[in-house]
Amino acid sequence: MSTATRPEGNDTTAAPSGRREPGPGPRLTRSGTVGLLVKLSALAVVNALGVYGLIALFANASWLGFAAMGVGLVVVDYVYFGKRAVAAKYLVPGLVFLLVYQVYVVLYTGVSAFTNYGDGHNNTKATAIATILSSNEDRVPDSPAYRLSVLSKDATLYFLVTDPAGKVSLGSAKQPLHPVGDAVKDSSGKAVSLPGYRTLSFTDLLAQQQKVTNLRVPFAQTGAGSLRTTDGSNAYVYRSTLRFDKARNEIVDTSTGQTYRDNGRGYFVDASGNTLEPGWQVFVGFENFTKILTDPNIRGPFAAVLTWTFALAGLSVLTTFAMGLLLAVALNDERMRGRRVYRSLLLMPYAVPAFMSALVWAGLFNTDFGFINAVLLHGAAIPWLSDPWLARFAVIFVNLWLGFPYMFLVSTGALQSIPTDIIEAARVDGASAWRIFASVKLPLLLVSLAPLLISSFAFNFNNFNLIYMLTGGGPKDLSAKVDVGATDILISFVYKIAFGGQDRQYGFASAVSILIFIIIASISAISFRRTRTLEELN
Amino acid sequence: MRRDLQAIAGAAGVMLLASACGGAASTSASSSTAAAPAASTAVSSAPTATLVIWADDTRAKPLQAVAAKFQAEKGVTVKVVQKDFGKIRDDLISQGPSGQGPDIIVGAHDWLGKLVQNGAVAPIELGDKAGLFQKVAIDAMSYDGKIYGLPYAVENVAWVRNTALAPNPAKNFADAIATGQALVKAGKAKFPLAIQVDAKNGDPYHLYPVQTSFGSFVFGTKADGSYDPSKLELDNAAGLAFAKQLAAWGKAKVISSSISFDIAKKAFLDGQVPYTITGPWNTTDFTKAGLKFVVEPIPSAGGQVSRPFVGVQGFFISNFSKNKLLANDFVVNYLGTPEVAKALYDTGGRPPAMISVFDQVKSDPVIAGFGQVGAEGQPLPAIPAMDAVWSEWGSAEVAIMQGKGDPVQIWKAMANRIRAKIAG
Repeated sequence: MSTATRPEGNDTTAAPSGRREPGPGPRLTRSGTVGLLVKLSALAVVNALGVYGLIALFANASWLGFAAMGVGLVVVDYVYFGKRAVAAKYLVPGLVFLLVYQVYVVLYTGVSAFTNYGDGHNNTKATAIATILSSNEDRVPDSPAYRLSVLSKDATLYFLVTDPAGKVSLGSAKQPLHPVGDAVKDSSGKAVSLPGYRTLSFTDLLAQQQKVTNLRVPFAQTGAGSLRTTDGSNAYVYRSTLRFDKARNEIVDTSTGQTYRDNGRGYFVDASGNTLEPGWQVFVGFENFTKILTDPNIRGPFAAVLTWTFALAGLSVLTTFAMGLLLAVALNDERMRGRRVYRSLLLMPYAVPAFMSALVWAGLFNTDFGFINAVLLHGAAIPWLSDPWLARFAVIFVNLWLGFPYMFLVSTGALQSIPTDIIEAARVDGASAWRIFASVKLPLLLVSLAPLLISSFAFNFNNFNLIYMLTGGGPKDLSAKVDVGATDILISFVYKIAFGGQDRQYGFASAVSILIFIIIASISAISFRRTRTLEELN
Repeated sequence: MRRDLQAIAGAAGVMLLASACGGAASTSASSSTAAAPAASTAVSSAPTATLVIWADDTRAKPLQAVAAKFQAEKGVTVKVVQKDFGKIRDDLISQGPSGQGPDIIVGAHDWLGKLVQNGAVAPIELGDKAGLFQKVAIDAMSYDGKIYGLPYAVENVAWVRNTALAPNPAKNFADAIATGQALVKAGKAKFPLAIQVDAKNGDPYHLYPVQTSFGSFVFGTKADGSYDPSKLELDNAAGLAFAKQLAAWGKAKVISSSISFDIAKKAFLDGQVPYTITGPWNTTDFTKAGLKFVVEPIPSAGGQVSRPFVGVQGFFISNFSKNKLLANDFVVNYLGTPEVAKALYDTGGRPPAMISVFDQVKSDPVIAGFGQVGAEGQPLPAIPAMDAVWSEWGSAEVAIMQGKGDPVQIWKAMANRIRAKIAG
């Protein structure tokens, strides 16, 4: 590809290492033993982490992850302990990272786009039912508080409770509460043990806390409710009115006879539309995608937002590249003194995190007290961030400040890699400095820089940090029916719709991000195809 | 030969690691029991539990201090993880279901709607302890009739007056502005008053007491006194009156979107502004700087009582916790005692929600001042619909202050956008 323009000897970092490989002979065996040890310890670490992961996944009962981890571990061991899969030895690390950081994320986003994942629907149905049932348990009003000791006998847990009057009773899940006489009490009058039973210490309680907190000890009298504890030392009387009917897939309120049906959209709903919270995640098909296209709130400002997004991305690439290239050319002239100092200084904006710079710039643009208005412009009250056009200008200006060091850096590198003989040849032919730049340097530069410009376009198309930190998408369109501002780009606009309302909609957000990906991918594909014609120039 | 050797070595490596893992696990277990001699009553060698608490930077330290005693007494480990306050709620909701979340969070009561909607918190049983706390705190910790958290601190904003600049309390808001403007003219102050406003998002929270003095509130209430999301009252006549007045203040630069949080705080700290509206989180710095100031009710702008939002901070137990018993024991039986509540106050300085502790510290005029103003306040709405209100509300206020159009139109359009968002 770009080998034609690669410099010989100018590039000091990468070239030599490939050539000084240890020759055959005695060195091989020594480095072979060391290599084996290094390899073994590296594999040991990988295996240790893998086994730890397997145990953790097993304990969490997440079988898909368990299977994936198991298969992955076996593959890694097979590849590196065996001798046959030589190519795989080079490919596996990259593939693993690709799977974890790309494929998994993409698949997860893809799957989420077809669900109603979001507020109220962020869990499985089983968890939702358990939460509904457990939070529906109400403490019986004005019922007494019982002091509690938890006992065990033959692997069964018992509640030994002392009521406020000092009466002691015992019961288990199957055995309703009944009075006992021979309990041992402590100084405060609380029954702490019973002959024949073992009293659980705090540590014992912790070891089986889920069993203890799930235990319900019924009263003998039906309908009186049951005792439960949340802290292991106090028990209270609770009554639950909801019951899940698995066969009919509905939750029944036993006190009123009301039924809540699974509405197929991740909620239990009764006949009059009351829902039980929380709900759970369900698949909704293409609903999220059709919503993007049909929702009038989104369709209305969509065209304006998309136009501005393209304008921002395009102008950002153009301005930063022009500025970066100009500085690179200027600082590439050998007659210039102190080039290194200038170069280092120019890289400063690149060294500060972009979101912080954006915040600082927002402060500098403050209408009354910002540095720009108060000091540079002697107290002019220019509404930099609250006027739509000034705000757009400010966004592009700040992005220029943030982005030119990168362009400067890559342009400098590319400039230095242009063979000097070509330039000399042009000079001998009598070309002017501008002609050399426009007809020789720039085309050669673009060959290697075009892919970077395309990726810069893609980056700025989704430059959420800049917008969110600098203007928040504002100034807001005050007449619009939906939350949108003059500097909102596609991704910040969608963020407001998906997360700015009452419920956050992760499924919808995933669907939109897939759509944005399609837009960027098509633009990049077309651009890359175009850059091939540049290469043919060589 | 070589291949066999490699295979054996490989197998040995795996075995070694497996045993190393086992070894590490057993040593850590034994070392933690050894570190907890207080749990000597334990008979079995049951694995000790670890409680994970998410708290923000201002509360992590005081919690760490009180947790140390609990650790020693019960022989368990309490891990306080410091997180950004704004992230705790959403991270619990998104990470909890995967089992990666905490057992306990420190949070604000107005998160409850979202937390309950997502099944992220479990109700707790305070028993008779509920009577130990201020009623407003227990009410705030309740959602749909159930208590979900142990209240810790009650917080609200109040009027803070620099007594060196303005020795006398203002009769009303206009009087305060007049005093402030006179001070600015005399060159003694930079602004007449400093109410923080974010240029992007506004700050309806700090402006709310001014708004309520016009009789304008966010939501109407249901029969049981809880907020009703279907009754948005922002754009009633009182709300529109406030919007018009806000435009006038914006024009006169009395309340301005240029006065950010930093500018407002710094101006007050430097003694360059006579009044500010702020909460106890800032007054500690004012005291440290040696400023002479008083905390008092916000002067009325619209003729009625200025009511700030009251926020109650508390401890919530994650519904996804596998340590519910320990978490409940820690929260209810340990944090819910006057000694620990006092210790939390001593290190953290938040106005305590427990009545007995509040009574102990109310000799501090700052705490008493905030308490007095808070008594007139309104709990921050905890219903999920509130999420749809904040950003629209704030940006409309900014637009009105900046004179972006007719305040009545802006205010009405805002209310309609909020209604549309709540309707979904």
